[in-house]
Amino acid sequence: MTLLPAPSTKRLGLVIDLDICVGCHACAVNCKEWNTGGYGAPLGDVDAYGVKPEGAWLNRIHTFEVSPKDSPAQIVHFPKSCLHCQDAPCVTVCPTGASYKRSEDGIVLVDEDRCIGCGLCSWACPYGAREMDPVEKVMKKCTLCIDRIYNDNLAEIDRVPACVRTCPAHARHYGDLGDPNSDVSKMVAERGGFDLMPEAGTRPVNKYLPPRAKTSPNTPPKQSEQTESLEATGFLGWLDKALEKLG
Amino acid sequence: MHPAISVILFTVTSGAGFGAVALIGAGYPLSDNPVFFFLTALVAGALAVIGLASSTFHLGHPERAWRAFSQWRSSWLSREGVASVIALTLFGIFVLARLFTDLPTQGLGWAVSAFSIATVFTTSMIYAQLRTVPHWHSWLTPAVYLAFSLASGFLLVAAAGKASALGEIPVALIAMLILLIAWALKIVWWQRAAGASLASRGMTSGSATGLGKIGEVRLLERPHTGGNYLTREMVHQIGRKHAAKLRFIALVIGAALPVVIAAAVAWWEFATPVLGLAFVAMLAGLFVERWLFFAEAKHSVSLYYE
Repeated sequence: MTLLPAPSTKRLGLVIDLDICVGCHACAVNCKEWNTGGYGAPLGDVDAYGVKPEGAWLNRIHTFEVSPKDSPAQIVHFPKSCLHCQDAPCVTVCPTGASYKRSEDGIVLVDEDRCIGCGLCSWACPYGAREMDPVEKVMKKCTLCIDRIYNDNLAEIDRVPACVRTCPAHARHYGDLGDPNSDVSKMVAERGGFDLMPEAGTRPVNKYLPPRAKTSPNTPPKQSEQTESLEATGFLGWLDKALEKLG
Repeated sequence: MHPAISVILFTVTSGAGFGAVALIGAGYPLSDNPVFFFLTALVAGALAVIGLASSTFHLGHPERAWRAFSQWRSSWLSREGVASVIALTLFGIFVLARLFTDLPTQGLGWAVSAFSIATVFTTSMIYAQLRTVPHWHSWLTPAVYLAFSLASGFLLVAAAGKASALGEIPVALIAMLILLIAWALKIVWWQRAAGASLASRGMTSGSATGLGKIGEVRLLERPHTGGNYLTREMVHQIGRKHAAKLRFIALVIGAALPVVIAAAVAWWEFATPVLGLAFVAMLAGLFVERWLFFAEAKHSVSLYYE
């Protein structure tokens, strides 16, 4: 059913801290590893050990350079996966009902047995969160590790998405963003968490935390201080003057 | 966006086919010879069907295509499937009724027209609905699709039909007029598209990453050194390089040539089948136009890859 369900009070999702992410790609690797044996068909690769390896990934880490006007450029590692949008355009465009949003927790999933591989949902997603599996020819996307988070066979500590569990820097957090008292919601409120591309009108559940403002110990000294320090005295002053005379 | 040949073929030929079917349903005067009437209807229907069939080539799982009829309440692609099957089924009944019975068919004919036009409209809405592609996200997209569908369909039925004039106006002159209106709409579409960049919709690297508040954002590294589905499907760039030349080619073959042929037919009062040449030229021009429609369109995901 591709009509969006009534908004759920529970909105499971991720909070990604861009201040902390070190760009190690461990989340993407563990995502690939878990999801190739988890929900749905394996995550396919083509020419995996060849010259042009390519495959379906549910999580990819981009790296951006941000240049503030008054301080040096900084590098921001930027993991990106499905944002489980509240107004998910990928769901409503699906002609078969394969793409759907769960009414109980807001997770957006693909029923792979119904997917015809037309690719329209990937066109409708502003973020590039969906990728066609090159082997299975069905649409793949982040499931929020639905086969982990509700899995009673796993130890409680492991009942979080694979990317969150594996992040060595704790840059990724999982929780209920529909509950204002959850840890993730508090984190978003404290740090000014934001939506990606809000103008796309998708109302993402996942939030990103901005990099903290940098301190600037290497700010060049003011002009007046500079001239002062150039006026050497004593032996150095004599040397300076002597060398000046030499031309 | 990646210009897939199957989708280009589909939108152009099924557009022409459904345009012709709509006009036949609306009662465009075709030959009294039943065999010739049948062949004309067959060509129109076949163009529509070939288009639909070719659109299934780009599916990962064509064997599940029947499922696409189920989500008409939310999905334009599903609506297209439903409308096309209704239009073609009604058209088949209409043609058989015309050939083998004396039953009145005009009411059925109007229904055929309505569903054919609805099919072309739903096709165009698949693209026009996408906010992620500002080039397409406009009411002008359905207007252009409908105009091209009717213009190419008109050239086909005019070439095959028995009428040299509708009312007092020569068929070739009407063809000329429809062609000019259709291409004028396309030129307006191109002009709008020139101003419909991602940035004009507020979509920038800054908003895509949320880092624009800090400073100027530039991609330093893609996630992987190789390509992926997204870069091939949506970050396609080759088409933009020759866009101006290709537009010129589309206008010469798809607009100027058919207009000149139609003008010649009107002026020297050639037999209407000569308009078949105009039909072929227009279709060729539309393939180029449709290629550009995809190749020039920029998807917001490119903000994460460029």
